Order: sequence, then structure tokens, then C-alpha cells
Amino acid sequence: MSMSREDVFEKVQETLVDALGVDDDEVTPEATLMGDLGAESIDFLDIVFRLEKSFSIKIPREELFPAENVLGNAEYVADGKLTPAGLEALKSQMPHVDFGDFASDPDINKITDLFCVESIVKYIEGKIN
Amino acid sequence: MRWIWIDKFVEFESGKRAVAIKNISLAEEHLHDHFPGYPVMPAPLMIEAMAQTGGILVGEARDFQEKVILAKVSKAVFHKLGLPGDQLRLEATIDSLAPEAATIEGTITCNGDLVAEISMMFSHVDKNMAGLEFPEENFVFNDNFMNLLKFYKPNEAGASS
Repeated sequence: MSMSREDVFEKVQETLVDALGVDDDEVTPEATLMGDLGAESIDFLDIVFRLEKSFSIKIPREELFPAENVLGNAEYVADGKLTPAGLEALKSQMPHVDFGDFASDPDINKITDLFCVESIVKYIEGKIN
Repeated sequence: MRWIWIDKFVEFESGKRAVAIKNISLAEEHLHDHFPGYPVMPAPLMIEAMAQTGGILVGEARDFQEKVILAKVSKAVFHKLGLPGDQLRLEATIDSLAPEAATIEGTITCNGDLVAEISMMFSHVDKNMAGLEFPEENFVFNDNFMNLLKFYKPNEAGASS
């Protein structure tokens, strides 16, 4: 099944509207899931379930939102920031994410800002095309 | 007070769906306050009743090894009131079941009329709260809850096998 980015975005948007109870005009490509759309940790699982269903794909645990296993590794975190090794580990696990300014100040509290609508769209595109 | 808001199961298909009934009675103290002169079953208790129906369905699917906690009410739409004397039929169907969580879709009917549509998500809490410790024993599926299934008789009148 091949889909254009617009089609993928539209379906992702619909999924997030249902999962998070937000309006569709709030779900822009740049919107962050937690900061802008108010997602809580349990919503991430809900989003994964819904994406699996609407795109008929399997999303392995931790593949779309893999931060948890990096944060749980003592070598990857020091003083509330990711170590260079941690940053590399996260990047290699999240090729669908634009790291932007995060690399210069890898504060672990900002990791959630990396999860934006665009990164879900890219991830899904990589899965189905 | 016993926090059990369903009376018994009348259908139970492991890992798929379950149907429980709840008889609303004026013997329930809270109905006299909700509301004085106009007793109706509080909608949040209908959500709790669905959480118990769905929670046991989800718990049984994993042999009651998980601590199944209500994590999210995705949808709760109420169409009719639940009045004393009404028998509510709560039907829960598993939508997704994964190692760390499950979702169900539920409907409540009374005499065939739709009373509520409730969808919810349960967390298998030991698998989601990294770093937080919970007691060893399964505090979710205590005796009160397990009795509900113990007394379920698949061949009883009104129940499908």
C-alpha cells in the first residue's frame, strides 16, 4: 500500500483527534504531542493502537516512541541530560525524528518535544511505502 | 461499602467479550441523594460498572496475572437515565490487547434501548510504571471481583453458552 504524505497526514490527524480529543486544526505538522496537544503517557499507547488499526500495520513497542529505554540506561543520562552516547542511541532509534536544536542542549525534560505530528507521519510513511 | 457495580456475568467469551448485568435498586443508599425525589444511577458509576466488566474481561485474558487499571475513558456518551428497577446490560468487547495495555468498546442497554456508549483503555500497570513499585499481590483482582466470575454459570437461563 502506497500513500502520499498528505493522505498519511490526514489519517494521522484523524487518529490524534480521536485519541486526544483535540480539534483537527490543532493537529499541525509542528504540533508537539505533549506540549501542544496535551498527550499524557498513556495516550502514547492509545495512539499506537489506533495507528496500527487505521494503517493496518504492526508497530513494535518502543519503535515509534523509544525514549523510555534510553532514559532507563545509566550510561545514557548524566545530570539530567543525555550523554553523547545517549544522544546517538536515541537518534539511531528515532530516524523519523528531526532533532533540531535538541542536540545542543539534550535536556531529558525536552525529549517529549521531539514527538511531534510530523515525526509520526514520517514514521508511518517509512512503514508503508 | 462494597465497590462492586455489576451483579453478575451472563456471557463471557475469553479474550473477546463479556456481558454483565446490573440491577438498579432503591436499596442503594446513594440513589436517595442522587437526586432527592428523583433517583437516577450516577453516570460515573455506569463508567465504573463498565470498567469492572471490561477490566475482568481483560484480566481473564491474561489469566489474572496483570494488575489491570483503568487508564483512560476515551468515550462516554449517555443516552438514557438508569432508574431504580432498571436492569442494565453491560457489554464489553476487546478492541486491542497488548502486553502493556488493552482497549475495550462498551455499550449499556436496558430492555434493548441504548443507555450509554463507553470506550476505555486499561493499563497493565506493572509493565508501564517503570521505576514505580507496586505490591506483589494482585490488589485489583481481589476476592470480591473473583467471586463475580466464580458465580458465572454459562448455561444459566438467559445466558448464551
